[in-house]
Amino acid sequence: MNSIITLKDIVVEFDGERILDKINLDIKDKEFVTLLGPSGCGKTTTLRIIGGFINPDSGTVYFDGKEINGLPPHKRNVNTVFQRYALFPHLNVYENIAFGLRVKKVPEKEINKRVAEMLKLVNLVGFEKRTVQRLSGGQQQRVAIARALVNHPKVLLLDEPLGALDLKLRKEMQIELKRIQQQLEITFIYVTHDQEEALTMSDTVVVMNGGVIQQIGSPVDIYNEPENAFVADFIGESNILNGLMLKDKLVEISGRTFECVDGGFGDNTPVDVVIRPEDITIVAPDESQLCGVVESVIFKGVHYEMLIDAYDYRWIVHSTKAAEKGASVGLKFGPDDIHIMHKLKETEQFGEETPDEE
Amino acid sequence: MKNKLISAPYLVWMVVFILVPLLMVAYFAFTDKDGNFTLNYVADVAQYSQIFVRSIWLAAIATVICLVISYPLAYILTGMSKNTQSTMLMLVMLPMWMNFLLRTYAWMTMLGNNGIINSIFGFFGLGPYKMLNTEGAVVLGMVYNYLPYMILPLYSVMVKIDKSVIEAASDLGCNTWNTLFRVVLPLSLPGVMSGITMVFVPAISTFIISRMLGGGGNLLIGDLIEMQFLGNAYNVNLGAAISLVLMVIILLIMTIMNQFGSDDETVLM
Ligand SMILES: Nc1ncnc2c1ncn2[C@@H]1O[C@H](COP(=O)(O)OP(=O)(O)OP(=O)(O)O)[C@@H](O)[C@H]1O
Ligand SMILES: [Mg+2]
Repeated sequence: MNSIITLKDIVVEFDGERILDKINLDIKDKEFVTLLGPSGCGKTTTLRIIGGFINPDSGTVYFDGKEINGLPPHKRNVNTVFQRYALFPHLNVYENIAFGLRVKKVPEKEINKRVAEMLKLVNLVGFEKRTVQRLSGGQQQRVAIARALVNHPKVLLLDEPLGALDLKLRKEMQIELKRIQQQLEITFIYVTHDQEEALTMSDTVVVMNGGVIQQIGSPVDIYNEPENAFVADFIGESNILNGLMLKDKLVEISGRTFECVDGGFGDNTPVDVVIRPEDITIVAPDESQLCGVVESVIFKGVHYEMLIDAYDYRWIVHSTKAAEKGASVGLKFGPDDIHIMHKLKETEQFGEETPDEE
Repeated sequence: MKNKLISAPYLVWMVVFILVPLLMVAYFAFTDKDGNFTLNYVADVAQYSQIFVRSIWLAAIATVICLVISYPLAYILTGMSKNTQSTMLMLVMLPMWMNFLLRTYAWMTMLGNNGIINSIFGFFGLGPYKMLNTEGAVVLGMVYNYLPYMILPLYSVMVKIDKSVIEAASDLGCNTWNTLFRVVLPLSLPGVMSGITMVFVPAISTFIISRMLGGGGNLLIGDLIEMQFLGNAYNVNLGAAISLVLMVIILLIMTIMNQFGSDDETVLM
């Protein structure tokens, strides 16, 4: 498959502050790519680069193999669902959706047909004549989706398009969007900070933090083989501990030695160790070399989430069986449940919010 | 209850200073010197229809010119940095702080046959052209004096247009012109309407500008009314009748304008 959009060494700075730092991204035709990351990490900025609303300070944007730096948005075969909707306040729902088609001078009959299709799709039939100010946030968001999608662009940029919807509607729309994407064969570049949404919908997930791409991969790869502790932490809950790689396939955690499956880090190297909460089983204290006290038990619907204090770390454990609060238990996990990763550089340390807004 | 109390002074103000004077104007318009009811004065207004037409015509031209100058200016202004915007606005308002008479008088000296402009033409062997005491000079005076009243409402409506809406238009295929006509223009209509009102209404009833720049030959309604009260034609009842007819005409024109503009936005009158 060909790449439809390629970002090469994209750098964006605002007021001397680096917002995107050497972004390299290759997006295949008809792919569903999700940009995932915490607030302020540069997702919207990346979309705006692709949409043509800002130009990178350095680096190149390619569309279908051709450089498009400096090409204005109306000349790009890309449409955007804006994070803050940006609906036209002087037009009603119908005219908002029809806007792009009218600009392209599509015949009235065709406009009628396609807008009706869209209204049905986003569940807003009967709202044609409403002014957009008289819509709820979720309805406005769906108009924004319809307004972009009706143009059948080659690439659709969606900036948290389902953020204002309730859980049930969001799930429905997720399925709808995915279906449309496959049916119309449009490349979707989708922004979200909901990791579950990213994992369920995407072909490829791009995890970003602080203007830097942390990992690009399929949802399964991202979940199972996080490249660093940030990704592991951001994608699902994780136990992330300091470890010491004694030698290949042998790691020391909390003063105890465990067998693992990774190697190639060098002997006696400090590493980050990630263990997923659902990979840990609770056993009797004498069956494990790692014991702790159950601090809390919370029912989460499908499973119980337990916090277990063991030595210098508070473990998160997911299990369908609840242990008793205050009980002493053992923690057990197999060698392939232990994920070893390089320590993040000091500057890329996660977890601490850097206050950058005054 | 509390709201009523707070609004009471304003209500009193409105009755004493707006409603009562209006009724008095109407009273004078429909009575003769002895206070008897008559339609004569209102009927007499018809003989000045030429002056009415000229006033409306010149005020309309001035308003259109103001709009044509101000609209792009206001639009360009909103695209500038915040600091430049406030400096530019200062410059727009600066002439307003200079006395109205003085500003108009300055134009007299510039437009005269021996004025600066004709001197420059003379230097190139052209002219002198008659510029002062023409309709053109009156329109120029109106445009010059009332331009800020067009720029300011346009600007204040345009700065409020969400930049992301402009981006959305561009995203959906609009070039600069398309964006202007499909999005910016409709969204700035309320500003256009109030700008037109703020320029047209004072322009149609001005008398200083026409007196100073139009000479005697370009009498406007304002001059006519002024003559009935302060001039030697002294006739309060006729003056009131003319004022009343003028008011009705302005109201009619503004109502038509508002129909033509957006229907759910109320316009400053
Ligand atoms: N026009 C601007 N001027 C200055 N700084 C900006 C501008 N736009 C964005 N930024 C900064 O760039 C950074 C990235 O912003 P961006 O909008 O791309 O974040 P995001 O990942 O979309 O976040 P969110 O999930 O909250 O939408 C932020 O720190 C923001 O403050
Ligand atoms: Mg964003």
